[in-house]
Amino acid sequence: MSVFPSTAAAKAAGRRKPAAGAPAPGSRDQRAAYLFVAPLGIGFAVFYFWPLLQTFFYSFTEFGAFGGNTWIGTDNYVRVLKDVTVWQALGNTLIYCVIGLLALPIAIGVAALLNRRGLRGVAVYRALYFVPFVTLPVAVGLVWNWLYNGDYGLINEVFEWFGADRRYWVSDPSTAVYAIGTVMVWSTTGYYLVIFMAGIKGIPRDYYEAAELDGAGPLRRFFTITLPLLSPTIFFASVICMINSLQTFDLIYIMMAEKNPAIGDTQSVVSLFYKWAFVENAQGPAAALAFLLMLIIAALTLVQFRLQKRWVHYA
Amino acid sequence: MRRRTLLYGAMAAPLLAACSGQSDDGEQSGGRTTLSYGVWDVAQVPGLQKVIDAFEKENPGISVRMELTPWSSYWTTLKTSMRGGTAPDVFWMNAVNLQLYAAGGVLEPLSGHIKSDATPVDRHPEALVQIYAYQGTQYGIPKDFDTIGLWYNKALFDKAGIKYPDATWTWDDVRDAAAELTNPRQRVHGMAAEMDRQGQLYPAIFGAGGYVLRDGKSGFGDERSIEGLRYWTDMIDRGWSPPQSAMVESKGRNRYWSEKTAMYYDLSAMAGQMYAVPALKDHGGVAVLPGGRERATVIHGLANVISAKSRKKEAAWKFVHFMAGREAAEIQAAAGATLSSYEGTQDAWFKSMPEFELKHFVDMLEYAVPYPSSKNTAVWENLQYPLLGAAFSGKGGIESAARTLGEQMDRALKEERA
Repeated sequence: MSVFPSTAAAKAAGRRKPAAGAPAPGSRDQRAAYLFVAPLGIGFAVFYFWPLLQTFFYSFTEFGAFGGNTWIGTDNYVRVLKDVTVWQALGNTLIYCVIGLLALPIAIGVAALLNRRGLRGVAVYRALYFVPFVTLPVAVGLVWNWLYNGDYGLINEVFEWFGADRRYWVSDPSTAVYAIGTVMVWSTTGYYLVIFMAGIKGIPRDYYEAAELDGAGPLRRFFTITLPLLSPTIFFASVICMINSLQTFDLIYIMMAEKNPAIGDTQSVVSLFYKWAFVENAQGPAAALAFLLMLIIAALTLVQFRLQKRWVHYA
Repeated sequence: MRRRTLLYGAMAAPLLAACSGQSDDGEQSGGRTTLSYGVWDVAQVPGLQKVIDAFEKENPGISVRMELTPWSSYWTTLKTSMRGGTAPDVFWMNAVNLQLYAAGGVLEPLSGHIKSDATPVDRHPEALVQIYAYQGTQYGIPKDFDTIGLWYNKALFDKAGIKYPDATWTWDDVRDAAAELTNPRQRVHGMAAEMDRQGQLYPAIFGAGGYVLRDGKSGFGDERSIEGLRYWTDMIDRGWSPPQSAMVESKGRNRYWSEKTAMYYDLSAMAGQMYAVPALKDHGGVAVLPGGRERATVIHGLANVISAKSRKKEAAWKFVHFMAGREAAEIQAAAGATLSSYEGTQDAWFKSMPEFELKHFVDMLEYAVPYPSSKNTAVWENLQYPLLGAAFSGKGGIESAARTLGEQMDRALKEERA
C-alpha cells in the first residue's frame, strides 16, 4: 500500500489538540518517540522521497537507455501534454476512480448489516469479504478473465440463460473499462468493509438504544446515527480509495492482453507510464507523466480535505 | 530458541552471498575464465548446455555459466544491469532490440573478429545476418531461426473434401478453402486471421508486395501493404475467421490446436509443441505460405552478442565464434528445441517430426524477408495493435486505420532519428 494514505490518515487523526500529557520537546520521551518513528521515516525517505526527487529531476532530462542523461528543460512535459493517449488514459483513470469509489457505499452497507446485534459468524463473513483483497492481483485477474471469457465464460452462460447475447466483455471497447472496474470494486470492498466495521464498533450503543426508544426504525438509525458518526472513517477511506484507484495498474496489466482491441479504452495513466518507461525506452516523458499524476493526486486530495469540512462530523 | 536461530540465519545469509559472489568475480581463479551467458528460453537450456560442454572441452581455460532470465523481465533486467555494469559477457539478442543496443554503444562490434577468424557468417541465411548489422557493422551472429508457414489440419480438409495446400497455392485458393472449411454449426473456422505482426500482418504485407519499413519510412500507408492487411480483415468480415476480439481470449494458435481452425499461419518453432499433442501429430501439416502478388515469409532468429562492457572479450569472442560454427549448430539442432540457422544442419530436426514435412520452412528461405526493425522498434510496434484492433474486430475500415498507423509510425521514426 502506498505511503500517502497513512499520512492522510495521520492528518485526519491529528485534528485533535495535542494531549495534555505530550512529552516536552527535547525530553527523553520525545527522543524515544523519534526513535520509534525512525524505521518508517527512513524507509519513507529512502524508498519514496528520494525516488520522488529523482523522478522530478529525470522529468527534465532525456534518459539514455544505457546511462547518460541530458538536460532538455520542459520538453518532456510539452510532449506529455500534447499526446492524445495521455488524455485518453487520464479519462480512463478518472472512470476507474469513480467506479472504484462505488466500493465505499457497498462496504458501508455490508458493514452495517454485519454489525447487527445477534448475527452469528461475523468473523467468517468478514474473512470471506476480506479474502479478495489479500488475493494476488495476478490470480484475481486471471480468474476474472475466465469468468468474462466470451466463448465459455460463466458470466456469459448466466446472461444467456436470461436471454441476453454473448459478449466479449474485456475485449469490447464499450464494456472493457467497466469489466475491469467491477473487478476493482470486488477486490477492494473487503478492505473498506473491515475499516467501516471497526468504525461502526466505535459508535456508542447508547445512541442506538435511545433512538430505538424514540421509535426510530433501522433505516432511520442508519442514516441519522451510523452515517454521520462514521463520516471521519468514510473520509479516510475515500481518500485512500481515490488515491489507489488513480494508481490502478496491476489488474489492467494482467487482464488486458497486448492485442486486445480495447486496450486504448482501458489504459490507465500508470499503465501508460509503465509502457513508456519499461517498453519504449522513454523514461524522460514517463517521469514527467508520473510527476503530473502525483500533482493530480495531490490536487484531488487537497480538494477532498477542503470539502470534508462540509460533511465530516468529528464527534 | 527457534526464533533466534532464524535470526542468526537471516544475518548470515547476506554474508554467505557476499562470499560466493566474490568467488564468481574472481575470474582468473585457477587460470580459468568464467563467462556469463544471458538467455531467456528454459526449453533451450539442455541443448545449450551440450554446446557449452563441447566448447569447454575445446577451450579448457574457459567455462561458461548460463544466466536464465524469464522473457517477461529479460530486457528490463538487461538494461538495468548494463547501467550497473553487471551485464552478462555474452547474451541473446533479438531484432527488436539490436539497433537500440548497437546505437547505445553497449555491444562489441564483431566485424573485425569475423574477418580475422573467418567466422562462417555466410553459412547463415543472409536475411537473418542482415538483422544484426547496424550502420555497416556486424554486432551479432545468428544461432537459430524461425519462418512462418501455413499449418493446416488434414482431418478438417478431408471432411470438407478439399485438396491439401501445396506450393502452387495462391491467396485465392486460401479464400476458397476458408469458405468451404468454415462450419458455424461446429464452431469451426477456415482460418484464424489473428492480429499478430510476425505471424500474420507482416507475411501478408510482404506477400502483397508492400513493406513495413523502408529507408526510414513507414509502409503502412502504402496501397500494397493495405491490400495485404485486407487479406486478413476480409476473412474476418466474411466470417471465415473469428474476429480479433474473440481471439484475445482464445488465441488463434489455441483454436488451431483444438482443431477449431483449419488453417493458421504460425512459427516453425511451434512444431515441437504441436507434435506432442497426439491429435495434432496425426492431423497437422505444413505448407509454404501461399503466394499473393509475391511469395514471401518473415524470418527472425536470435543472435549471440558480446557486451561492450565485458572484461573478458577475448574469451567471449571465442565462445561466440564457436556458437557460429557447424558443430555447435548440429548439437543445438539435435536437441530439437530450436532450428539452427547454420546451412544444412536442419536435417535432424526434420527427421524428428517426419509427419509434418518441416522442410517447407527451409524451402521458404530464398524469399524470406527479415523481420523489420529500427532503433526504437518497440515504439512503433506498440502503435500497431491499438490502431488496427477495431478493423480486425469487424468495426471500422482497414484502409483509414492503416493510413493513420503509417502517419504515427512516421512520426515515431522521425523522433528516433532526432
